[in-house]
Amino acid sequence: MSSYEEERLARLIRALPPAPEGWIRAAQELPFARTQLDDIVARAEADAAFRERLVADLETALEAEGYERDPAVVEALRVRFKSK
Amino acid sequence: MASALSDRELVARCRAGDQQAWAELVERFSRYVYAISVQGFRLSQHDAEDVFQEVFARAYQHLDRLRDDAALRPWLAQLTRRLCIDRLRAAAREAPAADEELEPAGVDETLALLDEALMVHEALAQTPGHCREIIDRFFARDESYHTIGDALDLPPGTIASRISRCLARLRELLEGRTEPGQASGPQ
Repeated sequence: MSSYEEERLARLIRALPPAPEGWIRAAQELPFARTQLDDIVARAEADAAFRERLVADLETALEAEGYERDPAVVEALRVRFKSK
Repeated sequence: MASALSDRELVARCRAGDQQAWAELVERFSRYVYAISVQGFRLSQHDAEDVFQEVFARAYQHLDRLRDDAALRPWLAQLTRRLCIDRLRAAAREAPAADEELEPAGVDETLALLDEALMVHEALAQTPGHCREIIDRFFARDESYHTIGDALDLPPGTIASRISRCLARLRELLEGRTEPGQASGPQ
């Protein structure tokens, strides 16, 4: 049986700081936003100009194309296309 | 707000398409997945974010492959470990290396520590809300007495003693001396 001295407990609690909130939100929402995400990724793969616009300015490019601004989709695309 | 659902129950609800259950599953394991990639595999924040999203995307996609729903934690750990190694392999300039060569020294010890840390956090989740909050703020979020005092409307002079009492309760829970609902309220 482990002995949980105060110092050891403190170390174990410190070992798990929270993940960034935006990451958590994106992971929570992503499966349910997958359809839109798949559509945008497929378009970006087929259309180099669209892809360039996504990389240059993700949110503006999505807005210009009439996509709904879903934070989970934006975050996933940001990771995928490394946009600013 | 986290519920008292077991991992098994949570997985069953996620499989049924329950969005709230999925949100809770991500919340429950977010720190663990994050810590494995950053502390265990020393990934940059940038790479860790990619791994984090990929772990949960794959977990959702392949929940039906989980043979024992209660084994969610080791399954997620393994998935995270695999994706971290893939990330290190992609970044390595040399010829393809064995997994063991890519893993940072001491990764197994770090992962064992994180398993134990997760168990402690699960016990912390069973303590009264005021204990959970003050301990998490002070230790895991590294907030100062001043910040905690402002956020919780407590005189800074009482914070140290409250933390100490809450740690004692947590310790009792971990050592099996107190039932989860038995801890008393704020003093």
